[in-house]
Order: sequence, then C-alpha cells, then structure tokens
Amino acid sequence: MDKFTVLTAVAAPMMQANVDTDIIIPMARMVTAERADMHQHAFEPWRFRNDGSENPQFVLNRPPFQAAEILIVGANFGCGSSREGAVWALQGLGIRCLIGSSFGAIFYNNCFQNGILPVVLPSVAITQIADQVAASGNSAVVTVDLQSQLVIPSIGAPIPFEIEPNRRIQLLDGLDDIGMTLERADEIDTYRQIDKKNRPWIYRGD
Amino acid sequence: MSTPQTLYDKVWAQHVVADLGDGVSLLHVDRNFIHDLSGTRAIKSLIEQGRSVRYPAQTFACPDHTVSTDRRSPHSGERYARCVDPLRTMTADQGVRFFDIGAAEFGIIHVIGPDLGLTVPGALIVCGDSHTCTHGGLGALAWGIGASEVAHVLATGTVIQKKAPRLRVTVTGELAIGVTAKDLILYLIGREGAASASGYAVEYAGPTLSAMSIEQRMTICNLSIEMGAKVGMVAPDDKTIDFVRGREYAPDGTHWHQAVNHWSGLVSDDDAVFDKEIMVEANVVSPQITWGTSPEHVVGIDQYVPDPAGESDLDKREAILAALSHTRLQPGKPMEGLHVDRVFIGSCTNGRLSDLQAAAHMIKGRKVAEHVQAWVVPGAQSVKRAAEAEGLDQVFLQAGFDWRQPGCSLCVGANGETVADGQRCVSTSNRNFVGRQGKGSITHLASPIMAAAAAVSGCLTDVRKLMGERG
Repeated sequence: MDKFTVLTAVAAPMMQANVDTDIIIPMARMVTAERADMHQHAFEPWRFRNDGSENPQFVLNRPPFQAAEILIVGANFGCGSSREGAVWALQGLGIRCLIGSSFGAIFYNNCFQNGILPVVLPSVAITQIADQVAASGNSAVVTVDLQSQLVIPSIGAPIPFEIEPNRRIQLLDGLDDIGMTLERADEIDTYRQIDKKNRPWIYRGD
Repeated sequence: MSTPQTLYDKVWAQHVVADLGDGVSLLHVDRNFIHDLSGTRAIKSLIEQGRSVRYPAQTFACPDHTVSTDRRSPHSGERYARCVDPLRTMTADQGVRFFDIGAAEFGIIHVIGPDLGLTVPGALIVCGDSHTCTHGGLGALAWGIGASEVAHVLATGTVIQKKAPRLRVTVTGELAIGVTAKDLILYLIGREGAASASGYAVEYAGPTLSAMSIEQRMTICNLSIEMGAKVGMVAPDDKTIDFVRGREYAPDGTHWHQAVNHWSGLVSDDDAVFDKEIMVEANVVSPQITWGTSPEHVVGIDQYVPDPAGESDLDKREAILAALSHTRLQPGKPMEGLHVDRVFIGSCTNGRLSDLQAAAHMIKGRKVAEHVQAWVVPGAQSVKRAAEAEGLDQVFLQAGFDWRQPGCSLCVGANGETVADGQRCVSTSNRNFVGRQGKGSITHLASPIMAAAAAVSGCLTDVRKLMGERG
C-alpha cells in the first residue's frame, strides 16, 4: 500500500452534504469496471452531461481543480453503500486526501485500506478552507502533514487534527492489515478454543 | 460490582481477541457473509495474494446483487462471468458454503441469514454490504465492511474495529393504523438527519420495539446506516428465541439450551450509560414518503413538498433545490396524487413474508393502475415458498403485479433491472440516492402498504384512505 506522509497539492471544494457512494461510483460501474478503470466513472452523474461530454460546471472539470489531489468535502461524505469502488474511483482520479467534518463510517475505513487519508476537522474550519480554495484562482494549494498532524492552508495558521494512532502508523508506513493480524494467529486460535466451549453453536461444522 | 454495560458493550467484549490500543480491538467474526460484488472481489484478491480462507465453516456465500429476478432470464452473460461464476468456483475451492441461484436457501444475504438460523443473538456478523446492520434485529452485532476488510476477515477470521460511542433510541407509544416499522425509522431519519448517528452504535429500545415482530425489528435496524450508524441492535427476548428455534443452522440439542441461557444475558444493564439518548413517540408518526435524494428528505404522505425558501441555512437550501430538481417536484405542492410509473416491493428492508402479507392484504380484489408497472420480489426462496403456500403470489398476479424470483433487484441497479430515466418509482427499499435505481430514476421510499396503495391508485396515496374503504 502507498505510504502517506506529507502532501502539498491543489484542493478542490465539494461542499454538498451527504455525497453518497452511488454518486462517487454508480452501481452499474461497480459490476462492469475493473478497479483500475473506475476513475473514468467517478462522480458520473455530475461530471458528465447526458451526451457524455464533460460538464464544465462540475468542480473537478474546472481549472485549477482538475489537478486536485485533495478534496474539501461537506458533512457525511461517502455515506451509503460499503462499495470500496468509491475509494478506488477517487484514487484513480489522483485524490490522496479528503478533508471534511464527518464521513460515511464504512467509507472512512475503506480510505485507510487504500492509502487515502480522511481528515476530520470542525465544520467551521472546513468552510474556511473551502471558501479559501474556491476564491484562490490558480493557487488553491493546501498542505496535509500526517507526521505532525497538521492541515496547512495557504493563508492562515496550521490546523491540528486528530487521528487514531494505529491508523496514522498504518498510513505512514504503508502497512498491510492482513500480514499484521496473521502474526497474531496463535492468539486467534486460543480465543477460538476457549470460545468454542462457551458458545459451541457458533462453531458448528468447524 | 462490575461497571454496568450496554448490550453493545457485552457483545463487543465477548469477541475481543486482542486489544490493539486506543479503543481499537481485533474482534472474532462468527459469521462472514459474502456476496457477488465485494465478496467476489475480496476472495479473488485473497487468492491472488497467495492466501486462503482460514475458517471456511464460518463463511457463507450467496450471490444476490447482480442476479436477475426475471424467471425467463438465463443466469449467464457478463455480470455472471464477472461476479457470480468466479464466486461459485472460488468458494468451492476454499471449502466455503455457496447458496446457488435457485437453491432452497438462496436469497438476499440479509434475508437468508436470519431465515436459515445463521444469524443468532450475540453473534458478530460482517458482510461487504452496508445493510448488514439488519441482523441487529435479532441482537447480533453486525455491520458492513469494504472489500479489503472482507479479505482480512477471510484471511484471519477477525476484523479490526474501533469501539463506537453508544446511542440509544427509545420508542414509546403505539404505531397508528397504516403506519409501519418502515415509517417509524424513516420518520426518525427525517427528524434527526442522515448523519445524526454517524460513528455511533445504536440500540433501539422501549415498549414499541418490544411489541414489534422480529421482521419489523430487522426493518428498523436495516435503516440504521441511513442515519449514519454502522450498527443497529435490539436486545433479544422471547420473540427472538422463538424466531430462531428450529431453523436449519440454529443451535440444537444441548447447544440450544446453552445458547438460550447465554442470550438471556444480552440486555443493557438498567444503569448502563449511553453516550447519547433519543426519544421517539410512535403515535405521532404518519405514513412516510421521501421527496428528495437522501432518506432524510422525508415527510408524511399528508404533507407538502418542502419549500427551499423557508430554509435559512444556505447550504441546506441549495441541497433542497438540487434534490427537487432531480425529483422534479414543485415546492409547496402536496405529495399525495403524484403520478407514479413503477412500484417495487422487495429488498433486505422490506422483502420478508410479513411485508408481502401486508401488501397483499391491501391489494386483494384491487387492480394495479394501467400505467403502473408493479413488481414484487421476495427476499429469498424461503419467503417465496411461504408466500406461495398462502396464495399471496395469486393475489399479486391477479392484481397485475409481476411476481418475481428472489434477489436485490430494483433496490440496487446492479442486475440489469432499473427504473428508466425520468420514471418515478415508489420503492420499499432503503435509498433514494441519485441514480440508485438507474440513471435518471426518481425514487420515493415508502412502506410495503404505501407502495401497494400507490400501485393500485397510480399515484402517491395515503394508504389510510384505502384502509378506510376496506374497513
């Protein structure tokens, strides 16, 4: 998995609340598209017009935001379905970091599985950064430093953010969950041996 | 004396394999349900990594998302080649039980889990599907995960999870005539917001929940994710035990008594503290209908399309405008009477026997309006068999409904079954997101009896009026 340490990049504002994963990647594409091609369909209902051409109004179709690697998002971004394709689609667009006041809970976990950093900040700070990048012409750049847990807008003071320590290390080092858990195989087997006595019905057929 | 615990705390504690620090635990997974989208991707990536399914006996696979529910449709073609066929092959190689299309056990994974007795109180259940919270209706701790997490569960039999703060929703009072569990939970989402339970584990409690059937509790828990909560639970009681008893995979013999004894302790202690509490009075709820593109965009059927001019928050005003533009509704107009093109009764929210019974009761002796295409999609083969044994299929067919094979169907638009661009569909499913039922489709979420009423009236209708006629 890709490591995430410090990212300085164009940030695009997408401040609608409740942007769901059906918008980020429509279900029909989840069925037919390969993981590597999902970005072609990212935000499809908004990004393209009915004739298939790009919608010039959509933020990621406009300069300088076409080059965005950071999204400043509204509350509850990524709500809805558990589809990890939503993260793969964003990843394919080059997005490495999302900054919002809250995220869909399953989507939030899926980000970490793919080296994407979701940063939670108070909504006041989100609005401030979103307004700043929206008004900044061609210099909509924000720095996100996971090492020191800071979001650094181009104007104003750095904003500290909280993140689960395990998640932070996982991203900084690009660690693989499965490998780490399998190192605990003995603990898992011990748990199961004891639990099998307490709840034998769970282990039927085992 | 030990610290008082909530139901969630107790079930959580019983599954901790290792404390990873900062509230994060490695938890044992009792049941890993996998389906034809995230499941197929996960098991494929596992095998590509040179790994295998560690505990196949606790893993159960059933394709539901991409499967056609048209009896004439051959189960072949690109969708099957990508999603279903590889799942069948890989599960066979890994020794995982696969409930194939047409098999007696086949159906939507969240319907068959409880139906087969795989879902039991206090079990920790995960699935690569956000509506896994449905199983909480039996007092299981269940939530949806992404495909990478599914691969982790397949490889290790465990899931890594941070413990959530606890939210209790206490419901008192009786639901009025014509008002269902679906209306209650939609009302709650509308009142509190689609992100209101974000990050919380929800327990639904109170006399109204106690009075509900297990299937109604599952409908409530199913929509927890639409309020932002991954987990929704109801404490198991005698009804739950009666529901589980005798099912194919339920505990039997001496294990049954041991299990019942274990389950009887699965309640929140009287003095347990919740991080947040919400109270709801059931008797104020009317039949609900969504008007927009989020489940929180919901009103009573006797109410009006909201007016964005009345919203002082600019972002919210824009959200209402965008939603109304998609659903093609005029502010201030009544919801009732809106012309409907499609009706869908089914899904993991409302595709169970009691849902079909209630809808059939409304339809009996009536006809689907000429311009409406109406479908009933039983949630599982077991539901279909039971409904047919009661003659419900004939009631629907005689009224002009299509009586279809089990599957996710129109809820998800992953199986070739969609609502056409600009068509308006009353749906008993769980999401009215833009494009959810197909590109340009317009969804109005409602209960099975409201959907039935819309089908026979040809427009959005207050089901209570039809009930009045029926007496």
